[in-house]
Amino acid sequence: MQFLQQLLNGLTIGSLYALIAVGYTVVYGIVQLINFAHGEVFMIGAFGALATWSLLFKGTTAIWVLPIIILGAMLASVSVALLMERIAYRPLRNAPRLAPLITAIGISVILQEGVRLFYPEAKSSLSFPGIDIVTGPPIAIGGLDLRRSTIFIILALIVCAVGLWVFINRTKQGRAMLAVSQDPDTARLMGVNVDRTIAIAFALGALLAAVAGVAQGLHTRTVTFNMGFMAGLKAFTAAVLGGIGNIQGAVAGGLVLGVIEALATQYLGGATWANVWAFVLLIIVLVFWPQGLLGAKVVDRA
Amino acid sequence: MSEPLLEVSNLEVSYGKIKAVKGISFTVGEGEVVSLIGTNGAGKTTTLRTISGLLRPSGGSIRFMGKDIAKTPAHEIVGMGLAHSPEGRRIFPRMTVEENLLLGAFSRVDKDFDADLREVYDLFPILEERSQQPAGTFSGGEQQMLAMGRAMMSKPKLLMLDEPSMGLSPLMMKRIMTTVTTLQQRGTTILLVEQNAQAALRRATKGYVLEVGKIVLTGTGQELLTSEEVRKAYLGED
Repeated sequence: MQFLQQLLNGLTIGSLYALIAVGYTVVYGIVQLINFAHGEVFMIGAFGALATWSLLFKGTTAIWVLPIIILGAMLASVSVALLMERIAYRPLRNAPRLAPLITAIGISVILQEGVRLFYPEAKSSLSFPGIDIVTGPPIAIGGLDLRRSTIFIILALIVCAVGLWVFINRTKQGRAMLAVSQDPDTARLMGVNVDRTIAIAFALGALLAAVAGVAQGLHTRTVTFNMGFMAGLKAFTAAVLGGIGNIQGAVAGGLVLGVIEALATQYLGGATWANVWAFVLLIIVLVFWPQGLLGAKVVDRA
Repeated sequence: MSEPLLEVSNLEVSYGKIKAVKGISFTVGEGEVVSLIGTNGAGKTTTLRTISGLLRPSGGSIRFMGKDIAKTPAHEIVGMGLAHSPEGRRIFPRMTVEENLLLGAFSRVDKDFDADLREVYDLFPILEERSQQPAGTFSGGEQQMLAMGRAMMSKPKLLMLDEPSMGLSPLMMKRIMTTVTTLQQRGTTILLVEQNAQAALRRATKGYVLEVGKIVLTGTGQELLTSEEVRKAYLGED
């Protein structure tokens, strides 16, 4: 029973990793850039939801608030992601790879410190609003404690993954993304606006990160200005685990990482060690399967 | 014939400090097959990449159907009726044949692709047989057919083909060149870049010989085929 409970915890945290990891992988698949500021896009989403709630619905915990704070989170995350793409990354598209990497770290610091200026209490922890249906008392099934936020998070991952799949495989803009990821110049010859396609990749990653931000806020009921740092690193690990550039891989990698962490917490030295195991896993994967467990779908240009 | 379909005047293109194309001028009239021939590094591919907007000229002008397109972004040019089948085919390897062909129609506003798909499949039956297979598994000749078919899917007024015969067996090369003629007979204007001068000139209404970024010879296909310089330099005759 203990094992099942930990498995459930692992799937919860793993779903959050998966939602964030997709953002790393989609952007990498299109522009071969690791956007290390993506963890901050997730953090901004959580604060966007918090701000929407405090401005419009302070004190309300009804379910109808939920979609609106998710929209608020998305608006915040997508704006920030589009701005960073336009201002910071686009001018560096033909620069050596180190330049956008360092820029990403700079953006991370700016966003963290910016949030800390607006929310001085966010230094330790700021409480996140509750939404009854998600944050109410857990449901007992057999001997398991099923938290409502767990259901919400797993459902969110399913909805987002299906939505993303439909977008990429069934829409014209999705086909344009696939074309750009395989050969940007030839995609342009087909009539694909590459700049716009790259911006859309950033926006898609931000949408999912925003959902993750709200989900995490509802799950832990607190947010901090630096919550994106560790979450971002873990999600990056998940993306590498699944094969960077591969969307299914990012989802699978997130879930695997979450479960391994939860089981490690239970059986291998507690919560402090969970992070150690996560990064040990990253190193092992990088050494032995640098293509990731599901294999990357990048760089095989003809 | 009033105004040519494509008019390139004093075109200059540079890579950094190196000038790859040094002021060339040529025209392509409606219904023509125009061949640009020359050795490696003569600037043929650079010229095509500049016309389709992938590169920016450092001087001169490019007029297509009377409109200056030198500053038009590449993704808008194909929608104007100018398709470019690039050097090395550059098919999308992880997409199926059909997905590749449909991407060729990406710039079109109408959604009526079935007839055009049919036309490509009739021209290259092997593509229909393998329509659901990933294009990356194809041989060079099959990839070339796919690249040409993909370019046709945009219903171009002018089709630019960059080295369609490169690396192909003589039989496949003949096949591709016959298709060029077929396309011309159906009313597509063609700008053909080739190292295989003989094949390119035999079908050309007009030819230009490029050497290190400059046009050194002009004439009808037949004139160039029989000219002493071309025979010596490009057809390997003494």
